[in-house]
Amino acid sequence: MKDKGKQRRKGPLTREAQITGWLFISPMLLGFTLLLLFPMGLALYMSFTDWPLLGDHKFIGIDNYRHIMSDALFWKVLTNTVYFTVGLVPLNIILALLLALLLSKSLRGIGFFRTAIFVPVMTSLIVWSIVWKYMFATDSGLINQLLMLFNIKGPAWLYDTDLAMPAVIVTSVLKNVGLNMVLFIAALQQVPRSLYEAATLDGAGKTKSFFNVTLPMITPTVFLTVVMTVIGSLKVFGQIFVMTQGGPSNSTKVLVYYIWEKAFKLFQLGYASSLAFVLFFVVLVLTLIQWQLRKRWVFNESDA
Amino acid sequence: MKATHNGALRRSLGTVGTYTILSVISLIMIIPFLWMLSTSFKEPQKIFTYPPQLIPSTFRFENYTDVFKLIPFEWFYFNSVYIAFLVVGGTVFFASLAGYAFARIPFAGRNIVFLILLSAMMIPHEVTAIPMFLFMRELGWIDTHLPLILLPIFGAGGVFGIFVMRQFFITIPKELEEAAMIDGCNRFRIYGQIMLPIAKPGLATLTIFTFVTNWNEFFDPLIFINTRKLMTLPLGLSLFTDEVGTAWHHLMSATVMATVPLLIIFFLAQRQFIEGVAMTGLKE
Repeated sequence: MKDKGKQRRKGPLTREAQITGWLFISPMLLGFTLLLLFPMGLALYMSFTDWPLLGDHKFIGIDNYRHIMSDALFWKVLTNTVYFTVGLVPLNIILALLLALLLSKSLRGIGFFRTAIFVPVMTSLIVWSIVWKYMFATDSGLINQLLMLFNIKGPAWLYDTDLAMPAVIVTSVLKNVGLNMVLFIAALQQVPRSLYEAATLDGAGKTKSFFNVTLPMITPTVFLTVVMTVIGSLKVFGQIFVMTQGGPSNSTKVLVYYIWEKAFKLFQLGYASSLAFVLFFVVLVLTLIQWQLRKRWVFNESDA
Repeated sequence: MKATHNGALRRSLGTVGTYTILSVISLIMIIPFLWMLSTSFKEPQKIFTYPPQLIPSTFRFENYTDVFKLIPFEWFYFNSVYIAFLVVGGTVFFASLAGYAFARIPFAGRNIVFLILLSAMMIPHEVTAIPMFLFMRELGWIDTHLPLILLPIFGAGGVFGIFVMRQFFITIPKELEEAAMIDGCNRFRIYGQIMLPIAKPGLATLTIFTFVTNWNEFFDPLIFINTRKLMTLPLGLSLFTDEVGTAWHHLMSATVMATVPLLIIFFLAQRQFIEGVAMTGLKE
């Protein structure tokens, strides 16, 4: 009934609304079709072809995907990507959460700390990576120079197959921890004061009210942030490009770097496309999980 | 008595702990910048001196002028700035127009189109980059700025913009529009003269986000640009890094120049930046 009334009220506008509505979205829709939808379809087709930069391409069915399964470098690269993600995400989330908790207290000078930790987020990833490449430099780097003060001869961080990836992970955590911190601070501010008061009345200490009030209340934000950070980590590229170029001996070569190399250095465009679709598939699964979780939480919130 | 004394003690210990942790982490964040600044003024041979000097014994300002002789740094800057401006302008205009339509104009198929747009946001950029490279080659747009301007406006960045603006327009009371419509305003005027001015906070957020994302964009310039003079800052600097090896004094003066203006803008508009990030929520 209510809907009907609404529609009748809008009745005379409808024709005009149809035209203006589509007109307003048409530039975006056109751009979207040409620059996102069409390339997406073409990429899918390309992933089933042998497509060199020059000359004819030929359809080869699922050969590229079959090749991926037996490509030793692909598995190495996938392992590296997972290593990067598993190393980065917990470190990033835990540090961001800790900082958010500390910075949501009302202390003198909180603004300074908040700014200091957020500044790397504002810095270009490439600049940040160049500076940290310098920090990790073997002879002139600040880290090894400081170690020298304690008479420790620092390692060649970025040229050591065991240390290069951890160095890149640390660089990346420091770059982005401020972003997640700000998201967590925003989530913490949403927790109603009354819940803490109730917990205190029930005799809960600080630790207890953290685990029983704070954590459950910000769990949705934490989970969504984790998923976004995981997706971001799976696409890591810039810092690898600047700091290690995938080396030493492929120890930091990650999926996107491999895609870039295959596509734009070796120009195996078909194979690179199939690799890109592996990435797409992983991101798709993660995004669907995220949507599912989001739906459940929204439901729970309106339920309560 | 004792309990409160204990409580006070624990509280002050907690405060000391808090300050210690925050100071250590802040230092780790700030030291690279100070080190960058310090090296940018150092004599080349002083870079390797031990123990490390935070304040150089002599200041070599030529490091800065040298950069312009070694690379077309002013072009990197110019390209980055003008591309970012066009991308921000284009995104804000087209995304707010579409965002308004999705929020307020009841046209057929609106929800399904919106859903399709949203789901495209999860397509990794790397997937479409390969066909896009061929597409741009067909058009003869390789080694031009056109892909760097058009792709972000109409790609995932634009879709994100539509989403942000739609969320914003939805919160604006309908009565305003209805009154204007009775007065005979058409939708273009309603959008331009009533809705846009109200949506300023949303536009500011979108501007900041688009600017920062675009300023840092690296993958697209890397695949589309070959000529030195046409490069943007991130690309130009990353190639410079490969070339200079351990000439850190030159590299650091270049990174200082690339970083400082943006940081000044950030310090001036800090609140908006941080609130904007918290508001638009999750984006890598």
